[in-house]
Amino acid sequence: MTTSITTVPIDDPSPRTYLNAGRTIGSWLATTDHKRIGVMFLAASSLSMALGGAFALALRVEHLSPGPTVMTAMTYNRLFTLHGVVMVWLFMIPSIPSGFGNFLLPVMVGAKDVAFPRLNLLSFYLYALGALVALAGMFFNGVDTGWTFYAPYSARSPTAVVPVVTGIFILGWSTILSGVNFIATTHTMRARGLGWMRLPLFVWAIYGTSVIQVLATPVLGLSLALVGLDHALDWGLFDPSRGGDPVLFQHLFWFYSHPAVYIMILPAMGVVSEVVCTFCRKNPISYKAIAYSTLGIAFVGFLTWGHHMFVAGMSAFDAGAFGLLSMLVAIFSAVKVYAWVGTMYRGSIDPKTPLLYVFAFLFLFVFGGMTGVAVASMSLDVHWHDTYFVVAHFHFIMVGGTLTAFLSALHYWFPKLTGRMYPERLGVLAAALVFVGFFGTFFPQFLLGNGGMPRRYYEYPARFQTLHVVSTVGSFALAAGMLLTLAYLLWAALFGPRAGDNPWGSASFEWRTSSPPPPHNFRAAPPLERDAYDYSRAEVPS
Amino acid sequence: MSAPAAAEQFADLDAQRDAAHLGMWLFLASEVLLFAGLFALYAAYRAEYPEGFRAGVAHAEVMLGSANTAVLLTSSYAVASGLHALRQGRRGRAAALVALAVALGLVFLTVKGVEYARHFDEGIYPGGRGRFFEAHREPGLAPFFTLYFIATGLHAVHVFVGASALSWLGLRVALGRVAPPREHPLALGAMYWHLVDLVWVFLWPMFYLMGRG
Repeated sequence: MTTSITTVPIDDPSPRTYLNAGRTIGSWLATTDHKRIGVMFLAASSLSMALGGAFALALRVEHLSPGPTVMTAMTYNRLFTLHGVVMVWLFMIPSIPSGFGNFLLPVMVGAKDVAFPRLNLLSFYLYALGALVALAGMFFNGVDTGWTFYAPYSARSPTAVVPVVTGIFILGWSTILSGVNFIATTHTMRARGLGWMRLPLFVWAIYGTSVIQVLATPVLGLSLALVGLDHALDWGLFDPSRGGDPVLFQHLFWFYSHPAVYIMILPAMGVVSEVVCTFCRKNPISYKAIAYSTLGIAFVGFLTWGHHMFVAGMSAFDAGAFGLLSMLVAIFSAVKVYAWVGTMYRGSIDPKTPLLYVFAFLFLFVFGGMTGVAVASMSLDVHWHDTYFVVAHFHFIMVGGTLTAFLSALHYWFPKLTGRMYPERLGVLAAALVFVGFFGTFFPQFLLGNGGMPRRYYEYPARFQTLHVVSTVGSFALAAGMLLTLAYLLWAALFGPRAGDNPWGSASFEWRTSSPPPPHNFRAAPPLERDAYDYSRAEVPS
Repeated sequence: MSAPAAAEQFADLDAQRDAAHLGMWLFLASEVLLFAGLFALYAAYRAEYPEGFRAGVAHAEVMLGSANTAVLLTSSYAVASGLHALRQGRRGRAAALVALAVALGLVFLTVKGVEYARHFDEGIYPGGRGRFFEAHREPGLAPFFTLYFIATGLHAVHVFVGASALSWLGLRVALGRVAPPREHPLALGAMYWHLVDLVWVFLWPMFYLMGRG
């Protein structure tokens, strides 16, 4: 019986790994190996993030002066729409679940692959197809509706609504099939003796996310298909002049799109759980609290959508109910935050880059979460609705939460993916740049919004200019941090020093096989007898 | 080919069968939510325009719609019997029953096409266009028929997809490629077909029966 977590040393100097199992382009494009599919998702979604980031920088440049600066109002409308569409559906939703989840979930449950490997590859191609169709719409005519596609304007907008909603519809299929695959894998493919309460917390996070993906995404697909029909064929299902009700579209849209923010944040929380334990060398202070609060968020997340519609015409009772339910999410989230901080307490903290990003996550997520509680109450939301306050709030969660966790994951699992190590000093520098840049970009937006600056406005009164300029400067610092990260990670993937199988000395399951892993993940039966967070014995990083 | 080996990622064939069934159930859950969005729209609009929806139901082709219900239920029965036959090792009978299910699916689509044609003749088009809506100004008729075309159209797409899948599976059954102990692909196809059937069991009262005097 294997009790050590260190892997069996391999005499073969160049062992077969998932990377060198086939070297042709075709061996990647036709692969059914979940690790390669995960890497392809990571590459594609990172590329999308760069694109969405470029749109955001253009928007920030436009706001350097109160009047027109570098673009027309119509271009501005198209850019903020594309920024939203690309960041939400091409980056945040697939990045951690379909990227890292794909790579790690089968390894963490001790399986050779996901339950349906060919379906997994299909998910990737649906993603690629959906992304291409949506981006093709951008080159035809762009879209100016905002990423929310509110009816009835979306039915009449003179822009390319149909290709973009078609693209998102296809992307939805990719999300659903990935979710089906991950749930089936978690249920049916766990290694012998690996019970649910011994699963790594990242698996719980991906599992909760997958449930949302399977149950919420079809409603988005339907509502966008209806918008597409209204636009293309003028069926007017949400058109008040023909008896339609535009608010119904908002209900359907947010029934998906609010749970969708938990598709973005739950996997991030899974990353944080893993990184905290590894870099503090401790088992989580309460495994069950983290695991169950994941399911709690996934469940309650379905019942909160109305808080997006407080000003769209809603009874005070409904608004109160949706407000209270929304605040429940904060309780589950706080349980997690306390559990992570409690795990750090008296831990042996090793502040490497992944943990620095987790620190950033905790600060920004709590900041964003507290303002979330504030906007969940109708009386306050009426003041902040559709202002930069809301923009700042959700960017603190999505960028401050999801992006920092994504970067943490990218550094933490970089040796797992590539077998090589990134340069730590550059990592720290980039993390500092990202944190300062992010805070500089979005903190002023809270002040702007509270001062009355509405979102999605092309021009603004001159008194807002100072804060807008600060925000733009911050966005460039953030972009510099991201470019620096991209540069050294690409360099390290090709030329970085060999990392060894378990450079962090982590006890978690994915580090019990070689880095990078062999094609079917483990060379022998997965050595999972010892718990994933058992640091009772000293581990030496290999 | 008929050797009962599991795919390489699975420990054994039982695990593979369990995973496949679970995967299909999850996919069906996803499909239910797809239609649930339409049901929610229907409920909201019906609450807003009770009279308009009553008038819409009164104009539905109730005979064709009800006949189609019988057709689809029979078809579901056929595919279930086909699976039963396959598990008993009666390959020819299984393939014939699956073919019957597909044929009934095509009958359903044909009847649906006739029904649409009659509506078009009456001047009923989606989006509240056509001379029918000029003569009948009842508010709510337009959303009723737009929803009718969208819901039954989406359902018809599912019938088409299901019939295509069953044709392929029927062929595999006839060729002996889908056979015990690996008969679960047909079980999955049958599950999908039952869902398509079940959705219609909800659409039928919504658009043909509820509020009919």
